Amino acid sequence: MINNLKNSRPMQFGLLILVFLFFYFIIPHSENNYLWRFPPLFKGFPLFINNLIYNALYEWFPLKVWDPVFEMYEDKPIFREVTRAISRGVLFLIVFIREIFLGGAQTIGVFVDGSWMSANKWFTWPALPWTVVVAGFMLIGMQLQGIRLALLAGIGAFYLSFFGQWQPSMQTLSFVLITAPICFIFGLSLGIWGYLNNKVENALQPILNIAQTMPHFSFLVPVMILFGIGDHAGAIATIIFATPPMVRLTILGLKKISPEVVESGLMSGCNKFQLLFKVLIPTARTDILIGVNQVIMQCLAMTVIASFIGAKGLGFNLKLALNSLKIGKAAEIGICIVIIAVVLDKFSLAWANKQKNYFANLNFFQRNKNLIYFVVILIIGSVFAYLGSLYFNNINYLYLIPYEKGFSISPLIDSAVDWVWETFFYYLNSFNIFLITNVLVPMKNAYLGMPVISTFILVMGVGYIIGGIRSAVIVGLLILFIALSEYWDRALITAYMATFAVLISAVIGLVVGSICAQNSKSTKFMLFICDFFQTFPSFVYLIPVILLFGITDTSVLLAAIVYATIPATRYTIEGLRSVPLSLHEAGSMSGVSRLQRWTNIEIPLAFPHIMLGINQTVIFSLFMVILGALIGTEDLGQVIMGALSRSDGAGVALTLGIFVSFMCLAVDHLIRTWADRQKKLLGIE
Amino acid sequence: MQNANNSKPVIKCESVYKIFGPNAKKLLDDSNGKVDAKAFQEAGCIVGVNNASLEVYKGEMLVVMGLSGSGKSTLLRCISRLTESTSGKIYIDGEDLNAMNSKELIELRRNKMGMVFQNFALLPHKTVLENIAFPLQVKGMATKESVNKAMEMVELVGLKGRENYFPRELSGGQQQRVGIARSLAVEPDIWFLDEPFSALDPLIRKEMQDEFLRLQGVLNKTIMFITHDFDEALRLADRIAIMKDGIIEQLDTPDNIVLNPATDYVKKFTKDVPREKILKIESIMDPPDGNNSNSLKISKDAIIQTVAESILNSKEPISVIDPKNNQVVGTLYPSKVIKVLFGH
Repeated sequence: MINNLKNSRPMQFGLLILVFLFFYFIIPHSENNYLWRFPPLFKGFPLFINNLIYNALYEWFPLKVWDPVFEMYEDKPIFREVTRAISRGVLFLIVFIREIFLGGAQTIGVFVDGSWMSANKWFTWPALPWTVVVAGFMLIGMQLQGIRLALLAGIGAFYLSFFGQWQPSMQTLSFVLITAPICFIFGLSLGIWGYLNNKVENALQPILNIAQTMPHFSFLVPVMILFGIGDHAGAIATIIFATPPMVRLTILGLKKISPEVVESGLMSGCNKFQLLFKVLIPTARTDILIGVNQVIMQCLAMTVIASFIGAKGLGFNLKLALNSLKIGKAAEIGICIVIIAVVLDKFSLAWANKQKNYFANLNFFQRNKNLIYFVVILIIGSVFAYLGSLYFNNINYLYLIPYEKGFSISPLIDSAVDWVWETFFYYLNSFNIFLITNVLVPMKNAYLGMPVISTFILVMGVGYIIGGIRSAVIVGLLILFIALSEYWDRALITAYMATFAVLISAVIGLVVGSICAQNSKSTKFMLFICDFFQTFPSFVYLIPVILLFGITDTSVLLAAIVYATIPATRYTIEGLRSVPLSLHEAGSMSGVSRLQRWTNIEIPLAFPHIMLGINQTVIFSLFMVILGALIGTEDLGQVIMGALSRSDGAGVALTLGIFVSFMCLAVDHLIRTWADRQKKLLGIE
Repeated sequence: MQNANNSKPVIKCESVYKIFGPNAKKLLDDSNGKVDAKAFQEAGCIVGVNNASLEVYKGEMLVVMGLSGSGKSTLLRCISRLTESTSGKIYIDGEDLNAMNSKELIELRRNKMGMVFQNFALLPHKTVLENIAFPLQVKGMATKESVNKAMEMVELVGLKGRENYFPRELSGGQQQRVGIARSLAVEPDIWFLDEPFSALDPLIRKEMQDEFLRLQGVLNKTIMFITHDFDEALRLADRIAIMKDGIIEQLDTPDNIVLNPATDYVKKFTKDVPREKILKIESIMDPPDGNNSNSLKISKDAIIQTVAESILNSKEPISVIDPKNNQVVGTLYPSKVIKVLFGH
């Protein structure tokens, strides 16, 4: 009996569930019982963070600074001076880029005397006419890949202008154009440092893990307190969120370089500097540029969230539209964000995959032809814009189409939405009510009725079965941190929503992926769909679901399911397709049917990879559930959102962010440990 | 070309050890130079090179032969100091390699050493010409000068017309030609080749070996050549070092290794070697016999196969001469040839 238990995983899990259920029903639901809920020992943690920030900002290391207005020395804490300086620098850069697209002269005003500016009213800095920007997009597409990308970029940019979203789009674009390069520089430097120094890498790893799994919201309040409100604060929050993937991909890319290439550099007599910049970085170019692609995508994903602390642009408008339930407008803006995302995604991927060609035998014109075209177009466009100003009376359509003055299909979408509501309301609503009363509410109550001790038995037990005592302790500690806070019930609600979304997404992903992996055409098609949907910033998914189900848990769950199905499907397909052909052939020669091949050969071999997909699914759905706070839920996300308007919100937001991160990390640890062991067992690696 | 008596060795190793793993140094010190691979493995260390001593003289080609895991590449990397040896002395032109600081080491590599790698290790973002010019530019040579020099190298290895190709556009053999040209661009005295032809098809490999012998005929470098292919070693080497488990089993001329294998392990390699294709007359001749009437004379450097027919047709002993001065240096009995070739 005992021996059987040692060898059989299913029996171990069975026993675990029995113990779990025993405690589930035996523990009385009483607030005084510590087995039911742990005492909130870590209650003071948010306050501790708040005090830390407060001290740094107002007390720590004051400097005597001469104040010219009051003509006296003033105490200014060094930390606040530093954060303010960073804010000013970032803001300057954002406004500078913005003035190229939208006109103005603020940044010049920084350098010249203010009175000179007001005395010379004629002094303005004209923006690039939108026609020139559209052409510029096309030329970049042309340079990076060819006519197809050029057309895509051109049409996309034209849409932005045509639908009157030019101003917010350019605000968003300028935001990305500043944050992405900063992330690139930080990420690359940290990545190189981590590559060169093992200790640094080991220190970076957990920080990256937490930064990447913390919900976007939780950065906002601390950033707001440290850096104030405005575009720069949004940019800084974005930088914190978007840098980790760059660091990771840089380290990965550098580590992938074959040792022989490094040795060949050394034997050529490179010093450290030459080795780094002439051998290592150029060789890892593709991976590093994939990192840039990731950075850009993350920056766009942050646009809406950054608007909570004052970042202007499409995200801000989308937030307004969603708040006032103007679905048509929200959809229009959402499409703009998707367009920018798709175009920038394709640009950066094309750049990453572009291979250097030999150009020494080209003349100056051939080498710089796209640049020359751009200058010509710039001149022509400017002339047209000037002529336009003479011809049009109030709006110069050749220069800039103002916000909301373009073509709009939002009334059309709105009436379509109304029609859907009127026609299907009965069915949608009854489905919604059925789901909520018969599935969601019972499930939620089941989670909330779970004594804390049985949660631990379940989680640590799974850890023990999968990875031994070490995993059990790691997972237990991660969860313990949450259990000792006041927010355990909220965390359970988050967990219930995420579990529900993960279960459904995993099933859909597995089925769809398995079907599509059967032949190469459908594989290609499905991977294309996954790629396409993955470029959408996450909150875009919220728009259509509100349309269908209004502001309910169902909407959030539906968005989470759609969003989280993407990685499940993708990893299933990849896993199944990576089963070697020789094994297929061996199976065929043994006379397996297609179904037998799937169950006996493909699934077992692909399963570790599929589980990594499920891992992504968990993280994606947790993110979306938290993001659901945008349209109203009652879990951790809501508290984090609420913290935005509280003066002491920084501590709470950070703490809860860490909670969500720990939930992700616990699941991540379990799945990874399992997948690694399984892979070793199967001899794949 | 070996000239042990009157010139100093270019490369000299004295009891070089390389042990991988934590506290390797301490384990080695405790063992007093008697390294037992098994005991070390139990302590969590892997023995890469075990008490290797060798000398390579100017213009000589030393081939280090061994199967994978024998420590041959590790030995080469100790001598080029791409890895630090755990213990032992290595001298390059009489200078202590392990005592050099990084600046001296870089200078040494920039001027005296060139290395060719198994998988070519070309920089993917540079053209053929730029790859070859790379070591020169790293040294600080002006672009124009380096390109001219690189162009010479392109012609030397027969890649003219492809100098503006990228590595991805070349076949394996062509890529290795680039690798060879790059390693020669700084005109090094010492040339390291780490299994340069192992990643190539057999036919291309043969062609590249011929090319390599041609180049060496022109350049006359001091060479350390790593291979796992015994036939390649026999074809190319002045002397061969056979390695197993980090130990040099035998270090000798190809003829001596074939005729007198020092250990059972070496014997396994030599057993099936076609001796007539390897051995020179010199290695099977007897001392000169004064009253030799046979008019047939053969060179001591001739490979047996090329002269076998005339030897075996002759009934009497044959005079062996040194082709340089036509003096008789030995006598060859046809019966001895039969014994060496067919008897074991």
